[in-house]
Amino acid sequence: MGRYVARRLLQMIPVFIGTTLLIFLMVYSLPGDPVRALWGDRPVDPVALNQLRHEYWFDRPVLLQYWHYISNVFTGNFGTSFVTGRKVTDVIGESFPVTLRLALVAFAIEIVIGLALGLLSGLNRGKIADKFVLGLTLLLISVPVFVLGYIFQTVFGNQLGWVTPTVQDSNDISQLILPGVVLGSLSFAYVARLSRTSIAENMRADYIRTAVAKGLPRRRVIGVHLLRNSLIPVVTFLGTDLGALMGGAIVTEGIFNVHGIGNELYRSINQSDNATVVGIVTVLVIIYLVTSLVVDLLYAALDPRIRYV
Amino acid sequence: MRGAKSAKWVAIAGVVALAATACGGNSSSGNDGKAKAVDPSGVFSYQSNEPQHPIQPANVMETGGGRITDALFSGLADYNPKSGKLENLVAQSIEQNGPSDYTIKVKKGWTFHNGEPVTAHSFVDAWNWGADTKNAQQNASWFSDIQGYSDVHPDKGSPKTDKMSGLTTPDDYTIKVKLANPAPYWTYKLGYSAFYPLPKAFYSDPKKYGQEPVGNGPYEFVKWNHNKDFLTKTYAKYAGPKPKNGGIDFKFYTTSEAAYQDAVSNNLDVLDQVAPTDMAKYHQDLGKRAVDAPQNAIQTIAVAEYAPAIKNVKDHAKFIEGLSMAIDRATITKTVLAGSRTPATGFVPPAVDGYKANACGEACSYNPAKAKQLVQEADGANASISILYNADGGHKEWVTAVCANITQNTGVKCDGDAKADFKTALDVRTKKKVQSLYRSGWVQDYPLNANFLKDLYGSTAAGNEGGYSNKDFDKLAAKADKAATLEESVKLYQEAEAALYKDMPAIPLWYYKTNAGYSENVTNVSYDTFGKPVFTDVEVYKK
Amino acid sequence: MSEALTTETALEDKVATEAAPNPSQDRPRSLWSDAWRDLRRNPVFVVSGLLILLLLVIAAVPSLFTSVDPKFADLAHHYLKPPNYSHIGQADWFGYDGQGRSVYSRVLYGARASIIVGVCTTFGVAVLGALVGMFAGYYGGWLDSLLSRLTDVFFGVPLLLGAIVILNAFTHRTVWSVVVAMVLLGWTQIARVMRGSVITVKQQDFVQAARALGAGTGRILFRHILPNAVAPVIVVSTIALGGYIATEATLSYLGIGLPPSAVSWGNDISSGQTVIRTAPHVLFFPSAMLSITVLAFIMLGDAVRDALDPKLR
Repeated sequence: MGRYVARRLLQMIPVFIGTTLLIFLMVYSLPGDPVRALWGDRPVDPVALNQLRHEYWFDRPVLLQYWHYISNVFTGNFGTSFVTGRKVTDVIGESFPVTLRLALVAFAIEIVIGLALGLLSGLNRGKIADKFVLGLTLLLISVPVFVLGYIFQTVFGNQLGWVTPTVQDSNDISQLILPGVVLGSLSFAYVARLSRTSIAENMRADYIRTAVAKGLPRRRVIGVHLLRNSLIPVVTFLGTDLGALMGGAIVTEGIFNVHGIGNELYRSINQSDNATVVGIVTVLVIIYLVTSLVVDLLYAALDPRIRYV
Repeated sequence: MRGAKSAKWVAIAGVVALAATACGGNSSSGNDGKAKAVDPSGVFSYQSNEPQHPIQPANVMETGGGRITDALFSGLADYNPKSGKLENLVAQSIEQNGPSDYTIKVKKGWTFHNGEPVTAHSFVDAWNWGADTKNAQQNASWFSDIQGYSDVHPDKGSPKTDKMSGLTTPDDYTIKVKLANPAPYWTYKLGYSAFYPLPKAFYSDPKKYGQEPVGNGPYEFVKWNHNKDFLTKTYAKYAGPKPKNGGIDFKFYTTSEAAYQDAVSNNLDVLDQVAPTDMAKYHQDLGKRAVDAPQNAIQTIAVAEYAPAIKNVKDHAKFIEGLSMAIDRATITKTVLAGSRTPATGFVPPAVDGYKANACGEACSYNPAKAKQLVQEADGANASISILYNADGGHKEWVTAVCANITQNTGVKCDGDAKADFKTALDVRTKKKVQSLYRSGWVQDYPLNANFLKDLYGSTAAGNEGGYSNKDFDKLAAKADKAATLEESVKLYQEAEAALYKDMPAIPLWYYKTNAGYSENVTNVSYDTFGKPVFTDVEVYKK
Repeated sequence: MSEALTTETALEDKVATEAAPNPSQDRPRSLWSDAWRDLRRNPVFVVSGLLILLLLVIAAVPSLFTSVDPKFADLAHHYLKPPNYSHIGQADWFGYDGQGRSVYSRVLYGARASIIVGVCTTFGVAVLGALVGMFAGYYGGWLDSLLSRLTDVFFGVPLLLGAIVILNAFTHRTVWSVVVAMVLLGWTQIARVMRGSVITVKQQDFVQAARALGAGTGRILFRHILPNAVAPVIVVSTIALGGYIATEATLSYLGIGLPPSAVSWGNDISSGQTVIRTAPHVLFFPSAMLSITVLAFIMLGDAVRDALDPKLR
């Protein structure tokens, strides 16, 4: 177990290098001259242009640029944005906690409500409760996120006045609940449906029949035997989802004016702001790596037959 | 769970009822009768976005940083918010001594926010610094008229000196300027942010200064919460007209929809621009607090003269004129653009000095029959054109509408050619790979017709990416640049503009408007021709 | 019926032939033919099948249902006109959009591009993701490490960045270039779900039994593990189908998807978004079509999964 974890942690190094290189090359291959674009429609000053290019290494071959970047990273310097002139670590330090909070709100909603609904419908397959859950999730799945966002904003913010239409303070978690619900809505539907399928399937498994035949109380059958065995696909999904929520919050953050990492990523991609894009994506990938490690360890905890060596 | 369930149904009912209730939920009419007291130290919030650069006047190009810089600094002269005419501010007088000689007297008693007096040196040093190649300021070319610019800003290599020879200061409150070539409208540039003064503290650490700027304007810096807001308060010792409020909170929004929502619910006081999504409703939502003001900016469709699709047409001036007449500007601005633009009748917007009513004439009026005839005469009925645009600028809807007009009225196949962002579209333009036409726009630097003509349609102008060349225009523009007085220059540029319509380097579409508004907490909000609120006039109600 | 299922059965046949090269010699009836027998009797399958058939007919020949040109625009008279529900089948039945075009006609003509994007992307993502996930989960060890870490790297690529880079490589963008981009960027989630599922299944007794009986790796993978591990993949893919159509909308909105002249639900959803407050019908009808399509495919997915699940028998 310990060796397994150590090996997985070691594997993060090549992934880190692979990701940064891939993202770096992708940003580099984005069309257009990012430095020239700073001038907009106005005529450019060639001298200043060349000077900025030189200062931020845009005039060197791409692999040399990457080497310059990565060797700085190993000394703890994640670079400076050529657009804003701000340190990437500062930018991430400000926006990352906001998005993390937002994603955690969405994540909590997914787990609690999603699992509860999945359990409800999985145990009552074919009955009214099941049909209701299927209908509700179907609705959530087929409404695009921005539509849901606008509706919630109009209904709860403007008409009912329960909350302000946009988030006034991105660090206040109670204001992040509404955007969190919107952000988590699609994944919530996934979780409900995945757990429903998984539970319904395991209900027919031999060990459940055995447990019921042995006369174990229903609560124990469901809580220990059924739920534990049904959680693997759900946990897998949840593991991939935390990172996806953080990277995919662009639309929600825009509607509710949350100053998180999604908007920063959108801006920096649009402006080919290399250092910022690579910095943000690297943080996201580290989150994927950690969650996928946790998920793999959870497999073993949930199903004793699975072992890691 | 129950809550989530019912919320969902409320929401669904909401989308169905959106049309019926028109979501004008806020009843704002109740307060109109009562006269509320004004708080002279009240702070108002204003829709802004995170500046893209540190605050350095010679490096600010986008709106976010631009608006903040304008609040923090006062220049020698400023444009009148209504007429656009140049008026002295920090300058006592600006006198022209000869075709290329000026004497500027600086008023005494002005100070920077740190107490340092504003003198002639504050200006001259700032301009020299901004022009210097070593400092790579984006606005450096604004100083290019001044004699000695090429010494501090050579095309190649490092500068010979760090001072422009055309700038001298006989005493602490006088600036003498000598231009390299006569430029009758040079003084109009003085209102631009590149010409703002800088305190001595700037030079010791420009980077740190950019995060905590010290200006000489009506508002002083308090705090910059990155990605959140930029706080200012009224500068107590401001020597200009005293602001009627206590300060501005520049609140950063990533989408204008979010800002609009906040304005309607009184969480944001002054809007910069209403989002396209809300254009149709904002008069209804904000009532008397909705603002509709002209802005000096124009949208055009420029022609890539080098593109085969254009070159292959026999008479391409006639062809473009036909396309122009196929566009129903009045209907598109009213419907697709929800009244946020006014149809263009020339290349120069109305509130600009030198505007000539209906300069474009018949070529810019809707006439489908004549359009078809012209296109056929030009042998272009079988042509296939596309309009290049950037998808991040909200252009898709009108490009689609213009194309539908063109195709349905002339038979010419037309499609939008979308690029992901401005930078990608610009790349295609500078590499001269545009298929046939491209979206182009111009926002005034200063309210003079030269700014809308010379920089875009001169054969060698940097903004002329379509490769257009018109000898008559070049000749008239050159003459106008050498004119002895401003009036004469404006007049010659009007003649130059008339020469453009003979072969249509671009199709003028419409002029911009400032569509904005304000919350119930403020009053007396007006906007200048740049689309900027007159900050110092805003009055905040007592809470 | 048979037409509706051509793609589905073709899919199954393909998998079936790959999976069991010679089924008739092994057993009189294969798992897949069993499944097919069950499916025909399942009302959920019949309803969803008929719905999909109808959608496919609309996608193939939209002109059967309307004579109105979906690209004809009339701003002067039809701008954002609300629906006239008594005019069934006429141009103004669903109202007009922000360009004065018939929403009814556009919804029908838009089916083709959207269904191709949705179905093909789902199929591509499921096949690619399931294969990677299956090998990673079954073999474990260094192959698992390699494939899983590769998944991590790809998972990290933001959709926007990846889509711009990939789609800019195409000079003329069509539905197929959008499909390619979305498959390349979308397979990672399925791969992880499949891997998790395979890890559970491979421990189970029937797999051990099959191995003890001398079954080859290919046979174990495709005959025993795949049918038992595929359920979560089907759940996730059928839900994701709607998401892909919506993603196409996002890509078009960002200017990197289909050209603006292409008629698709995605394009219409993204332009309907701008008038959501004034004319919700512009957004409502393409979204509703999207919902119906998703509904049909989710129901189909549920039925297929039930039929494939050997434990049900």
